[in-house]
Amino acid sequence: MTSDNRTVVVTGIGAFTPLGADAASTWEGLVAGRSGVSTLDEEWAADLPVRIAARTAVDPGEVLPRPLARKLDRSAQFALIAAREAWADAGFTAPATEDGSPIAPERLGAVVASGIGGVTTLLDQYDVLKEKGVRRVSPHTVPMLMPNSPAANVGLEVGARAGVHTPVSACASGAEAIGYAIEMIRTGRADVVVAGGTEAAVHPLPIVAFANMMAMSKNNDHPQQASRPYDKARDGFVLGEGAGVVVLESAEHAAARGARVYCEAVGQGLSSDAHHIAQPEPTGAGVARAIEQLLESTDVNPAEVVHVNAHATSTPQGDTAEIKALRRVLGDHLDHIAISATKSMTGHLLGGAGGIETVATVLALHHRVAPPTINVDDLDPEVDADIVIAEPRALPAEGSITALNNSFGFGGHNVVLAFRTI
Amino acid sequence: MATQEEILEGLAEIVNEIAGIPAEDVQLDKSFTDDLDVDSLSMVEVVVAAEERFDVKIPDDEVKNLKTVGDAVNYIVANS
Repeated sequence: MTSDNRTVVVTGIGAFTPLGADAASTWEGLVAGRSGVSTLDEEWAADLPVRIAARTAVDPGEVLPRPLARKLDRSAQFALIAAREAWADAGFTAPATEDGSPIAPERLGAVVASGIGGVTTLLDQYDVLKEKGVRRVSPHTVPMLMPNSPAANVGLEVGARAGVHTPVSACASGAEAIGYAIEMIRTGRADVVVAGGTEAAVHPLPIVAFANMMAMSKNNDHPQQASRPYDKARDGFVLGEGAGVVVLESAEHAAARGARVYCEAVGQGLSSDAHHIAQPEPTGAGVARAIEQLLESTDVNPAEVVHVNAHATSTPQGDTAEIKALRRVLGDHLDHIAISATKSMTGHLLGGAGGIETVATVLALHHRVAPPTINVDDLDPEVDADIVIAEPRALPAEGSITALNNSFGFGGHNVVLAFRTI
Repeated sequence: MATQEEILEGLAEIVNEIAGIPAEDVQLDKSFTDDLDVDSLSMVEVVVAAEERFDVKIPDDEVKNLKTVGDAVNYIVANS
């Protein structure tokens, strides 16, 4: 319990995404190469430069009881639904605070992040203030909009008293949350941590703000083809929404309670670019440093890596910089690594991306299948790597295999997570 | 002006909307906090909704005295 280098495993997964209301349907959609992107036909979207997004497949209001849903920002609704699934999937049947729980609340943590926080609550309540007056602003506004709200609500749900945290690093937030959770367990501060990322920013202001940065695809006429990582015609990311959550656990604790183990969560590599507030470093130096740091701080060997769930958001610069970084660090090993850009199907969930892509990476190892990258009609010749295009691909059926999940964020944050079959 | 029965019925609808408690469970002797799952934040919502519905002002200082549904009904009857 006091060892500072404990093995961490994944024992539960949950997802609420543009492809499905749970992890199984999301995985089914990924393997089928299904796009979750559609046209925003709401009136408010009519005059926007971008009128496409990947909304969740199911409205969270259909899942959560209304009195609960109305006190939660949409991002916290997603996180709570995914966390409940992951918690049950890990074999827990009640909050840790209940008698007879297999995990003491003091040994349970929650780390859930988003890139932007409760932005739709903030903007909607500002509309209420202007249109209906002071008295009508909801008393739940602050606990709804604060960026730590999804983490706090998940912590309340499962009864986490070892610490509830929210690392914020734009589109790397979800991955950083999972990395933080791995460290909490590895260093002995907790035995179980519910961790992931969530985002709900499909609202005119964030859409216009990202569009004015020239970061988003304006392929409004072909929503399902708009997110096209690695394709020569890619013109920016497509905004997605949803959440992905995993239950991480010390291997010892999982074995003691006889839990089903998906894979090992080996560790993380972290770096920062010190280059530009929003532009990726074009040579991939910062990303390369994160991968190197992963290799230095864990026992991962480049030869065992067979799959990368890439950050690849479908932006002209970012996609190739990431491939350059992988090539720089992994060298010829990259030739036998199947790279998938699942954002081609889910869109870019910003702080939620690291969450759902960790779920996708865990399931890729579990099923030994790399999901496809869709919409690569004309592969960018600068992409010097083995991209899994159009159809899913079997990963080696025998022996232990390792996969990486990359996430990078505005601000120059680079996070690489490693997972390995048991 | 609304009768006591009408006010109770209206409050029951408000509490149902905000806390999800069945309207028939909202009775005069019930405590908002202990019986009806209305915490201090949700109580603010109940008060604002009641003010609009019954055209009454319930000052912030008064809210702490409204412990039961009956307290709220009596206040509204006396002040609307």
